[in-house]
Amino acid sequence: MMRIPVSALIGLFLTGAFFFVAIFAQWVAPYGMSEIVPGADAWMPPSREFWLGTDTLGRDLFSRMVYGAQITIFVATAATCVSFLTGSVLGFSAAVIGGRYDQILSRLVDLFMSIPSLIMALVVLSVLPATLPILILVIGLLDSTRVFRLARAVAVDITVMDYVEAARLRGEGTRWIIFREILPNALSPLVAELGLRFIFAVLFISTLSFLGLGVQPPMADWGGIVKENKEGLVYGVSASLVPAVAIAILAISVNLVADWVLNRTTSLKGGRGA
Amino acid sequence: MHPVVRLVGQRLGIGLLLLLAVSVLIFVGTELLPGDVAQAILGQSATQVSLANLREQMGLNDPAYVRYFRWLFGVLHGDLGTALTNGANIRSEIADRLANTLFLAFWAAIIAVPLAISLGLIAVRFRNRWPDKLISGVTLATISLPEFVAGYILMFLLTVKFRVFSPISTIFPGMSLGDKLYAIALPVAVLVLVVLAHMMRMTRAAILNVMQSAYIETAELKGLRPFTIIARHAFPNAVAPVVNVVMLNLAYLVVGVVVVEVVFVYPGMGQYLVDHVAKRDIPVVQACGLIFAAVYIGLNILADVISILANPRLRHPK
Repeated sequence: MMRIPVSALIGLFLTGAFFFVAIFAQWVAPYGMSEIVPGADAWMPPSREFWLGTDTLGRDLFSRMVYGAQITIFVATAATCVSFLTGSVLGFSAAVIGGRYDQILSRLVDLFMSIPSLIMALVVLSVLPATLPILILVIGLLDSTRVFRLARAVAVDITVMDYVEAARLRGEGTRWIIFREILPNALSPLVAELGLRFIFAVLFISTLSFLGLGVQPPMADWGGIVKENKEGLVYGVSASLVPAVAIAILAISVNLVADWVLNRTTSLKGGRGA
Repeated sequence: MHPVVRLVGQRLGIGLLLLLAVSVLIFVGTELLPGDVAQAILGQSATQVSLANLREQMGLNDPAYVRYFRWLFGVLHGDLGTALTNGANIRSEIADRLANTLFLAFWAAIIAVPLAISLGLIAVRFRNRWPDKLISGVTLATISLPEFVAGYILMFLLTVKFRVFSPISTIFPGMSLGDKLYAIALPVAVLVLVVLAHMMRMTRAAILNVMQSAYIETAELKGLRPFTIIARHAFPNAVAPVVNVVMLNLAYLVVGVVVVEVVFVYPGMGQYLVDHVAKRDIPVVQACGLIFAAVYIGLNILADVISILANPRLRHPK
């Protein structure tokens, strides 16, 4: 039986709770996402009827937070999948094929990493419509550069192993070598990276939505809910702090889990991307 | 030629090449839209005449590479073009805002760098005891906070709960330096918080790495005070990685500044960029993107150059 440290347990529990709420949002939320409850005023304080009070238009903040969790976590999860699929497939193939293919891909990734992702995302979003699939693709592809670096670094170490050489001499193709020889051996450092990339995606989509360039109304993710309610803050209404704190708690709890996984696989990891 | 000069020259050359490639990337990034840019800007209800006018104004009738070189030529001559939304000259619009942004980033850096390095030194001096654990725990928490969350929490505490500062950090020409500093205190605090954690943790790691060397043991056996060992023997040998971390975090300030400016309604480049992304004002976005990228790349190159100069092993490459 392996021992799980308390911090990782707390992280696992909170992360699980967030995912549970996100998946079963329809059953958890007492009101609809953009339902204006009759008789409700804007920025009501928390009460038995409205657990977290109401927002700037008199909608139940708790329900919006629940649906916001769904959108935030969905976008972040999908973006993480995109970044891992692209990053690891390209990274592994660069390491296996090598030569000019590797050179071109690596220099291209260097180029993308030489400017901040947020700036690049802003440039791209100035012409593309901010729909969910586009946001997921933009975040996922910009983030896949870091997965590429990790996957390539790990795979370069593995490709020189004897068993890969043996597979090559057996006459196996590139696809076999990538999926049957390298992938199983590179899995643990990649899994450890998964948590970090997920947090990054959460922070990214929240920041974009906060700037008004991410998820568009009437849908809202947590960043968007902060934006909607920020005017209330100067009057002492803490509605915009609720999603802000939720983002921070989600980030910290995933971090706790990722830290634990990372420590367990330290000897296996090929390098940790920022 | 001296190897250091050659190495530094190489870095600068790479930096210029990189900047050129980034300008292509930014240009291509604004060409991604399938279909017509003019249509996307004006919307579905635009008339044929206004579409044709806008295409003419933006030079959309020429092929992309012609437009790229025209744009690059203009940028190299200090002409950033005119904004689509109000027809203003982008260069004169940006000048003041860039100065404001640099003012903000400068004060954040002035406070964050010494603070991070001294906290790192303290953490190493008391490693695995309570000051180290306290610093590590707090920084782990702040590292997970996005800028706007930190911003609003600070704003709530310091402007609403305790009325120390004003929630809107507007500065304008003619304010005295003291007034300006008072106005930007909150955004500076947020930026410091955001970069401090990372900088401090890396400083701690870099010094701890050096602490395992044999000469540190010698210094200990000579009976030097622990803090003297760290400050006089360990720190100078950790300067290269520390400088690198400092520079990378200053480059990170470039991103942080965009969000923090929006939070505090500060009249800087970041706010300008975000406003014009929403308005789909492509020339402004291109110009701002290029300037942010240039600053970012410049700081990264500077980090490389300083670590070359600070490291004797790099000064005499085999």
